[in-house]
Amino acid sequence: MRALFSSLVTVLIAVLFVVGVAVPGHTAGEPEEVEDDRVRVGVVFSVGGLGDESFNDAAYAGMQRAVDDFDITFDYVEPDDVAEMEDHQRAFVEAGYDLVIGIGFLQESGMEAVAMDYPDAKLAIVDAVVDAPNVASLTFKEHEGSFLVGALAALMTETGTVGFVGGQEVPVIENFQVGYEQGVQYSDPDVEVIINYAGAFDDPGRGKELAVSQHDRGADIIYHASGGTGMGVFEAAEEEGFYAIGVDDNQDHLVPGQILTSMLKRVDVAVYDVVADVVAGEFRPGLHEFGVADGGVGTTDFEYTRDIIPDEVFQTLDEIREGIIDGTIQVRSAHD
Amino acid sequence: MELQQRSLTSRNLLVPIGSVVLALLVGSIFILVVGENPLYAYRVLLVESFGSINNIAGTLQRSTPLIFTGLGVAFAFRCGLFNIGAEGQLYVGGMVAAIIGVSFGNLPGLIHLPIAVFAGMLAGGLWAAIPGILKAKLGVHEVINTIMMNFVAYYLTDFLVTGPFHGGRWAPETDRVFPTAVLERILPPSRLNTGIFLAIVALVVVYIVLWKTKTGYEIRAVGLNPSAAEYGGISVARNMVLAMVISGAVASLAGVEQVLGVHGRFIQRFSPDLGFIGIAVALLGKNHPVGVFFAAVLFGALRTGGAAMDRLTDVPRELVVIIQAMIIMFVAADELIRRLVPRRRKA
Repeated sequence: MRALFSSLVTVLIAVLFVVGVAVPGHTAGEPEEVEDDRVRVGVVFSVGGLGDESFNDAAYAGMQRAVDDFDITFDYVEPDDVAEMEDHQRAFVEAGYDLVIGIGFLQESGMEAVAMDYPDAKLAIVDAVVDAPNVASLTFKEHEGSFLVGALAALMTETGTVGFVGGQEVPVIENFQVGYEQGVQYSDPDVEVIINYAGAFDDPGRGKELAVSQHDRGADIIYHASGGTGMGVFEAAEEEGFYAIGVDDNQDHLVPGQILTSMLKRVDVAVYDVVADVVAGEFRPGLHEFGVADGGVGTTDFEYTRDIIPDEVFQTLDEIREGIIDGTIQVRSAHD
Repeated sequence: MELQQRSLTSRNLLVPIGSVVLALLVGSIFILVVGENPLYAYRVLLVESFGSINNIAGTLQRSTPLIFTGLGVAFAFRCGLFNIGAEGQLYVGGMVAAIIGVSFGNLPGLIHLPIAVFAGMLAGGLWAAIPGILKAKLGVHEVINTIMMNFVAYYLTDFLVTGPFHGGRWAPETDRVFPTAVLERILPPSRLNTGIFLAIVALVVVYIVLWKTKTGYEIRAVGLNPSAAEYGGISVARNMVLAMVISGAVASLAGVEQVLGVHGRFIQRFSPDLGFIGIAVALLGKNHPVGVFFAAVLFGALRTGGAAMDRLTDVPRELVVIIQAMIIMFVAADELIRRLVPRRRKA
């Protein structure tokens, strides 16, 4: 037994050394931190990771475009929980990455600390504002995009009642709500808006419950800004036969023909832009707000609902979009 | 009754060191499978964990909480108790420290910090007392109870951090603790903090308590043979509860250090299994403070270097988990290693 085990270990060591010398690629020399002088971008995704059909996937798409267009290298991590995020940000910074992007407001406190510890690092955060001289805060005018879909809902409703389902009553989601209300009001002051909050972003059961109850009270179009909770809103729309409006990413395909459009938050645009800045050597810290004017928020291309929506509605939407861009239509955020 | 700790002879060091070497060898097979050079990967691991002052600081920072949890688990082991509840204890301790830390902003640091640390320890100790009492009085197995208490701790702190003590941010975390309650950084920008000194003090204190006091003698006697200890006039029940309280108090310092030193706030589920890795640390460290220290540094280095290896080579960081698991397996199967190295005849 002992002899067998000893020889096994000996063989193992021998194989290790032989292969260690023979394997091409890295040699056993000093690790090389920097392999080339291309711009290196590190992205720390939000919980949920890639494949979330939302925020993370949108950011990834933006990075893919940046990789295609610029001579950069791109590495990313998908943290399992909130506490890890700061560690990953630090690791990228310490490894000398030229730009580190944190996706989602959960990374706010972590990035604040990292920005303080590494004043020379270039950092960017999506959907939160970090007040530090080396952080670009990439935020969205959710209220402007929500105004558009609110106007659409008011033009399309037959019952004179529309609904809104929010995730949690946090400032970002309140932006969606007030923008939506203003859009409805703008198109048709007589249309009533029913507002409910699910209290969670990951509770489709509650989302469905709220949507069904809003439908019972007469709402025939329901806009959700509630992450995964919205899946329940879509399910209710499918079963009860009313229209829904999606959010963040293009969700139109989830219930084809019954999701009028989705209010897009172009995280990909924001991420791409900040990478482009760094590549050009023009990193701009501070607040970056993406609105209708720069294509940062807006509607989808109505792939499944083009035939349902009358042409004059599309024309009105275009007029409103131009109004927002040239400033003749002023949309308030929840905090103005 | 022979209760003296056997000295750390070369024979005693054989199993831990042999386990680490064998685990690295097995790990190299996995490295080869992903097409990377094991010597290169291990070199990266070594350089990135000890190659510079900043790297050493990072390694020590990751070792600090493991010293606490490893030491806590080892202490209970000495009394024959298997404390799997270090994870829950550190959450409770961390939460109490955070609550004290975000309150009482007008206290001077000389008072605020000790109160926060001590309150965290006390909370962790009391948390561990519950399974201790259940074991001592009712004979309920502590393994079951400490595991269950972990879940209670997770959900209790989940509630507190998203409810009454939720900070001003949207993330599930408390506000930052006042600067008067912070464990100061030693080598910024690394997050190594004065908690490392606390850990060294804890190592010394535990050694003294276990081997230089009557209480420690009693606790070890109960651990070696409860019936004999009882016959010798030692209260088994009392010492079991006491051992669990001390174990929990020491383990909870891991949470206190993470909250007051590393994160500066309580973040929901902040621990990357520190309490469970602490069990491995205690096992590898042979339940001795000196062993616990080196085992904690090894596991801290694996974590630090593993992240860099992930970044610089094709080897995923999960390799570190494989190596940790192999170490534990080889330590558990220590006979394997003893047979590998022939016993020297006494001259």
